Amino acid sequence: MMGRFYNPVLVKELKLRFRSFKSFSGLMFYLAVICVFVVGFLLLTTGFTGKGFFRPEMSFMMFTILTILQMALVLFITPSLTAGAISSEREKQTLNILLTTTQSSTQIIVGKLLSSVAFLVLMLIAGLPLYSLVFLFGGVSPLQLASIVFFYLVTVVAIGSVGVMFSTITKKTIVAMIATYGSIIFLGGITAFFFFLTTAFHQMGNAAGAGSSFMTYFWAAINPGALMLTLVSSDMGDALAMLSGVELPVWLTYLIVYIAITVLCLTIAIKKLRANMKSNR
Amino acid sequence: MIEIRDLTKRYGSFTALDHLNLSLNEGVVFGFVGANGAGKSTTFSILATLLSPTSGDALINGKSVVKEPKEVRKQIGYMPDFFGVYDQLKVEEYLDFYGASYSIPLAERQILIPQLLELVNLTNKRYEYVDLLSRGMKQRLCLARALIHDPKVLILDEPASGLDPRARVEMRDILRNLKTMGKTILISSHILPELAEMCDEIGVIDNGKLIAHGNVAAIQAQLQGEKRIVIKVTDGLADVRAFLEEDPAISSIDIIDNRLEIAFNYRGTDVEQVALLKRAILADLPIYAVREEEKDLEDVFMAITKGADSQ
Repeated sequence: MMGRFYNPVLVKELKLRFRSFKSFSGLMFYLAVICVFVVGFLLLTTGFTGKGFFRPEMSFMMFTILTILQMALVLFITPSLTAGAISSEREKQTLNILLTTTQSSTQIIVGKLLSSVAFLVLMLIAGLPLYSLVFLFGGVSPLQLASIVFFYLVTVVAIGSVGVMFSTITKKTIVAMIATYGSIIFLGGITAFFFFLTTAFHQMGNAAGAGSSFMTYFWAAINPGALMLTLVSSDMGDALAMLSGVELPVWLTYLIVYIAITVLCLTIAIKKLRANMKSNR
Repeated sequence: MIEIRDLTKRYGSFTALDHLNLSLNEGVVFGFVGANGAGKSTTFSILATLLSPTSGDALINGKSVVKEPKEVRKQIGYMPDFFGVYDQLKVEEYLDFYGASYSIPLAERQILIPQLLELVNLTNKRYEYVDLLSRGMKQRLCLARALIHDPKVLILDEPASGLDPRARVEMRDILRNLKTMGKTILISSHILPELAEMCDEIGVIDNGKLIAHGNVAAIQAQLQGEKRIVIKVTDGLADVRAFLEEDPAISSIDIIDNRLEIAFNYRGTDVEQVALLKRAILADLPIYAVREEEKDLEDVFMAITKGADSQ
């Protein structure tokens, strides 16, 4: 049974990843950023006295900022882990040998993606103790934390798939990395810009009696930052529903769109891995 | 074992392979020789299922590289002309990874790896990092990697390129060993003498076309066309030369003064050569030795690929 799910590329990638100093320095950087934020926030709110109050509302605020910060870090790190998946093999001249083995294109692509996701999961788990500090002060439920971690995973897998796809269709890692960061800028930044733009249009239209605006809802629903805000506070979701007139939960649309991105990107990557062969088996 | 039928590969208007046909029996060591860009690597890439032909097909052990690439991959061990290794992976882990890639069970891999390392003479490097090995060692390791799933056919693209003479000899010894194991081996090289020593058959490719195929001696005869004959005389070089100039089958007569030797190119058959020598003796020429000069395979290669270079 184990043999059935054994993926040689995944095992090799994990081995190589955990042997490289880059991975440990990345993990250290990630934890340092979160640590500086958490300690800094606590010190600021207690006035550097080590005594004083820390109200649940403050804890909630810390949790919200921490969630957005962690999402930003995940979005920042994922391309660097996945955009070299196939192109670096091509650059190192190891890809041809790999392609003459009996591993299927699906096995190779999934192995590459899972190894990157596994490392990001390790990062998230390593950051959990710091994250959990908020539980000391209350204001946040464990279920909320679980749903946030789940959506981190959904995002990581989707962005990872985008990285692997660009890595497969472009010859150079640097090009794949730029394209993947470009996609993240689109999902994290451009969608926010479009959201504000459509909101403004919608409000102008509303004065003239226009109905609901699906596009306003859509741009917010595919933005990772907006999703996190609606997850930490249901008020945010309600406000968006009021603004756009669409009642569909943001997390559901986000889940559908990001799963669609994952499936599409992985399919393209699998098809294009053996691009010089007519049959992609 | 290997059947190449009308294999053609075009890149736009450039034809890399032009209706290549080739048939090889099991256990044969086949040398594929041609200048850089003649089509050797393209042929090997198609056989290794890395590239689809524009038209035609190749069957390896009855499996089509176009229709059943996965089945073909089980039958072949491929070593590309340029390849890299993974940093931070040890020799044993390197082989283990590829073993797993061919779905060989762990227990079997653990038995296989020491055997393969012994075959390629790398037993003492088992726990060293791959990127620290010399080029020759990497080449041997790559050969061991190509053998991990016990393929019937080995496709080796320029296995000796960039190796020092010692590493070359070591590689040749390993290939001899593999030949005795009954593997069908395809080796490409742009150096004909290198292949001549260890190959049963040789194919010469030029501009994507197979211009000669057969055993080494036959290829030589086919490609050489004329022989170089050397005559040793005690004196009278000028008389001998005048005698030779009368024969229309003789050209390029050179007198090697200090050794009292005359060398010339001869286009005639063996029977005609007997008649020529008889005439020379009857004419009382002071000839005391005749020998046929072994033509350098390198020269032969230069001659046959001259057309390709000039284009």
